[in-house]
Amino acid sequence: MSNDDNRPVNGPDGTPEPYSDETGAQSHVPARTPADPIADPGLPPHTWRPTDVDPKAEKRAERQIAAMFIAAMISAVLFVVAYFSFSVGDNWDTFLGLGASTVSLGVTLGVSLLLIGTGIIHLARKLMADAEMVEMRHPAASPPEDREATVAALNAGLDEAGIGRRPLVRNTMIGAVGVLGLPAVVLLRDLAPGDALDIDKLAHTLWKPGMRLVRDVVGTPILASEIEVGDLINAAPEAMFPSEENGYPELEGAEEQSEKAKGAIIIVRMDPDELTPATQPDKWTVDGIICYSKICTHVGCPISLYERTTHHVLCPCHQSTFDLADGAKVVFGPAARPLPQLPIKVDEEGYLVAQSDFTEPIGASFWEREKL
Amino acid sequence: MSIDTSKVASSNGTEAATASKPGRAGSLATWADDRLGLATAMKKNLRKVFPDHWSFMLGEIALWSFVVLLLTGVFLTLWFNPSMGHITYEGSYDQLRGVGMSESMASTLHISFDVRGGLLMRQMHHWAATVFVASMMVHLLRVAFTGAYRKPRELNWVIGCLLLLLGTLEGFTGYSLPDDLLSGTGVRAADGFLKATPVVGTYMSFLLFGGEFPGESIIPRLYIIHVLLIPGILLALIAAHMLLLVYHKHTQWPGPGRTEQNVVGFPMLPVYAAKAGGFFFMVFGVIALMGGLMTINPLWKFGPYDPTKVTAGSQPDWYMGWPDGLLRIIPTGWESVIFGYTISWNVMLPILIVPPLMLVILMLLPFIEGWITGDKRDHHLLQRPRNAPTRTAVMVALMTFYGLAWAAGGNDIIAIKLDASINQITYFMRVAIFLGPLLAFWITRRWCISLQRHDNDKLLHGYETGIITRSPDGSYAERHLPISETAAYTLTARDRDEVFHANGDTDAAGVAAPNTRSEKLRAKLSTWMYVHNVQKPTRAELEAAHHHAEHEAELQAGLDHPVDGHQFDDHHLRDADEVPLRDH
Repeated sequence: MSNDDNRPVNGPDGTPEPYSDETGAQSHVPARTPADPIADPGLPPHTWRPTDVDPKAEKRAERQIAAMFIAAMISAVLFVVAYFSFSVGDNWDTFLGLGASTVSLGVTLGVSLLLIGTGIIHLARKLMADAEMVEMRHPAASPPEDREATVAALNAGLDEAGIGRRPLVRNTMIGAVGVLGLPAVVLLRDLAPGDALDIDKLAHTLWKPGMRLVRDVVGTPILASEIEVGDLINAAPEAMFPSEENGYPELEGAEEQSEKAKGAIIIVRMDPDELTPATQPDKWTVDGIICYSKICTHVGCPISLYERTTHHVLCPCHQSTFDLADGAKVVFGPAARPLPQLPIKVDEEGYLVAQSDFTEPIGASFWEREKL
Repeated sequence: MSIDTSKVASSNGTEAATASKPGRAGSLATWADDRLGLATAMKKNLRKVFPDHWSFMLGEIALWSFVVLLLTGVFLTLWFNPSMGHITYEGSYDQLRGVGMSESMASTLHISFDVRGGLLMRQMHHWAATVFVASMMVHLLRVAFTGAYRKPRELNWVIGCLLLLLGTLEGFTGYSLPDDLLSGTGVRAADGFLKATPVVGTYMSFLLFGGEFPGESIIPRLYIIHVLLIPGILLALIAAHMLLLVYHKHTQWPGPGRTEQNVVGFPMLPVYAAKAGGFFFMVFGVIALMGGLMTINPLWKFGPYDPTKVTAGSQPDWYMGWPDGLLRIIPTGWESVIFGYTISWNVMLPILIVPPLMLVILMLLPFIEGWITGDKRDHHLLQRPRNAPTRTAVMVALMTFYGLAWAAGGNDIIAIKLDASINQITYFMRVAIFLGPLLAFWITRRWCISLQRHDNDKLLHGYETGIITRSPDGSYAERHLPISETAAYTLTARDRDEVFHANGDTDAAGVAAPNTRSEKLRAKLSTWMYVHNVQKPTRAELEAAHHHAEHEAELQAGLDHPVDGHQFDDHHLRDADEVPLRDH
C-alpha cells in the first residue's frame, strides 16, 4: 500500500506536528491528495424536480399541501367534538380495549399533528428551493493569536488579583469555601429527622412472643388444625389489625406501611418427615407447620409463587428460589441467604402464635446487618 | 390626526438623513435589534447549512420526544398530587372504589378516569419517555458506528452519554410516582440496591425515604427530582449539545464535492427549519396515536402499592431491563461478611458496579480510540461502519452484552412464552453474557473486512452485471462493468489506516525514549486494530486493473460494435443533459 496519504507525523518531542498540505498552509483537517486514487469529481449538477419545471406538478403539490392542512384543521375540530361527546369515567375498555374518549382524542390529535407535519415536509421537499449550498468549515480551535491573547488576559487578571503572591489569603479562601460543604451536608441530616434515622429498627418487627398469626387480608387468627398439608397461607402479625378485643395500639401512616413491609409471613404445612434439621423442626414448628418471612433476602420483594411438590417458593422479581423444607435455603437465583424463620407454637385455644420476633433482620442485606 | 412619521427624516445631524422603512414587522425588528443586536447573531445562522441524511434524524426524534414530554408532563402536574397520604378512593373507576391508597395513586386514577384526555396525556407521556430513551440509544449507535465521535466532537459524545443516563433516571423517577403495585415493587428493589452500598448504604436509604421503607417522603421527593431537578439538567445539557452541534457544524457523508473542509446541504432557513419543524409535528403525532391506541402502564389493573403483595412478571420499563437482567443471572450466594459487615456482591456487581462501568467505558470510547490511533486531526466526514472494523466490532460486542443482559431481564417471560425452564435460560445467560460479545466481535470484524474487500473488488473490477458471456473456447464468464466515477470516488473517499509503530527503546543518542511502555502498548493496540483492514487501492493499482479490464474486453469482444454490456439488458446509459428530470 502506498504511503501517500497525509497523516500527522510525530515531532521529536512526540507531539504531533500540525499537518501541512501542498500549499504549505496549516490545516486543521486531513487533506486528501487530489487524486488518491480518484480525483474528486466535484458536486454533481443540480437536477430539477418536476415541481420546478412543470407548472401542473407545482399546482398539484400546492393543492396536496393545502389539502393536508385543511384535513388537519378538520381533525382538530373533531378533537373538540370528541372531547365533549364522549365521557370518561369507568369506560376505559369500551372501544378497542380502550375508552372511546381516549381513542378518539388520541386519533384526532395524532392525525391532525401528522398532517401538519407531512404538509410542512411536503412543502419543503416539493416547493422550497432545493439547491444544495456549500459552506466552509472552520477549525474548532481558536486561532493561535486568540489563545495567546486569552492567556495574556488571564495572567494579567490573576496578576492584578495578586492571589498567587499571597498564599495565606488563597489557602484560607479555598479552606473557607471548602468548609462551607459541611453545612451543606449537615443540612441534609433531617431528611430522616430524629430517630427516623435509627437503623436499629431494621432488626425488629411487630412480632412478639404470643402474638397470633392472622390472615393478611381479613385479620382472622389461624387454627393449626385447619391447615392441610400443602397449604400456603399469607399471614401478618395480629398487631396489624388492632381492635378493642386484642388491645393492640392503632398503627398509622408510615409506621403501618413499614411494619406491614417487615412483618409479612408465609405459613406452609408439610409432612414433618420432609423437614430437614436446618428447619428447626422440633423447636420452631408445629406438626409440620412452618413459618417464614415473606420478604425476599435479595432486594426485598414479597415472595409468593409456591410449588407444593418441591416445597420451593419463588420470588417473582428476580427468581430467587427457596426450599421451605430445608430451612428456606436458596436453591436458585441471586439471593444469598435463607428466608428468616419465625418460631411458632400453638396457644391454649389452638391458634398459631409467635414464640418471639425473628432472630435476624428480614429482607434485603445491608452493611450493618450482622451487627444489629 | 397623527403625523405620518415614516416620512420624517431620522438623523442626529452627523449622518445623512434617511427615511425609515415602513412596515410594522420591519419596525418591530428594528426596535428589537436596537436593544438586542440580533441581526449580527442571526446573519450567518439563518442560512446555516445542514447536510441531509436519514440517519441524522435519529437524534431529532429524541429532541422532539423530549418536547412532547415537557408538554404532556406539564398537563399531568395540574392534577397529580405527589402525596403518600392515605385516602379511600372514591373516583369513577368501579373496581377500586372504596379501596385505600395513597393520594398519588388516587390522583393518577383521577387523571386516567375523571379528566378528559387525561389518560391520553398520561399514556403519551409514558410512550414519549420510552421513545426518548430508545431514540437516544439509536442515535448514540449511529454516532459511534460512523465515527462521528472523533475529534472535535468527543465532549459532545460525553454530553450525549450523560443525557442517556439522566433520561434513564428521569424515566425511573417518573414511573415510580403513581405508587401502584408495580412501581412500588420497583421502589422497594431500589431500596434494596441502596442498602447494598457499602458503609453508607443503610443511611442513604433512611435519608432518601425519610426513615424506614416506605415512609411518607419518597413520592414527593422523587416528584421534585422528576419535575425540576433532572429536567433542568437535561435542558441545560440538551442546550449545550445543540450549541456544540451548531459550532462544530454537522458531520457529513463523503461524496463528490463533500470534503473535510466544507459542509454541503440545505440552509437552515427555509428548508431545514421546515423539515425539522415538520418532523416535530410528526413525532408528536405518532406519540399521540400511540397514546390513544396502545395501552401503557395500566396501573388500575395492578392496584395500589402494598408491601406484602407482588405480581408475577414484575418488570421495569425496558431501558431498566439490562441491569435487572444482570441482577437475575448472578449465581446464588454472592455475599460476604468481612469484620462483621455485610457486602452484597450479588446486588453491587450488577447494579452499582457494572452499569456505571459500562457508562464510563462508553464515554471513554472516543478518547481510547484517539489515543490508539494517535490521530489529532479534526474529522467531519463520516466513516462507513465497515471501514472501521474494530470499532464497529467493539460496538456490536457492547450491543450484544446489552442485548443479552436485557433478555435475561425477561427470563421469566421467555420461560413462559417458550415453555422453557427458567433455570436453563438463566444458566445459558450466565455463559452467553461472556461468550456472546466475544463471538459478536469476531464475526463483525470479519464481516466488515469482507465488505471492505467487496468494495475493493468493485473499484478494481467493476460491478457484477449478471451478464454471462461465452468465450470462443467455450468457457463462461460474468461480465463486470466499471462503476460510475461518482460511486468510485465515494468508495475511495476515506483515509488509509496507518499502524502506529513505537519508536525504538532508545533514541539515536542511546537515551531511553519517553513513555516507552505506553508507546509499545499503543503500537500493539494499533496493530490489533488496523492490521487486517483492507486499504483502498492506489491509483496505480486502479489503473492497472482498468487497463487489464479494457484488454480483456478487447479480447473478448471481437464484435463489430462496442461492448458496454448494456446492449443485452435494455439499460442503455442515458446522457444526463437529455434527461433533466430526476427519476421518480
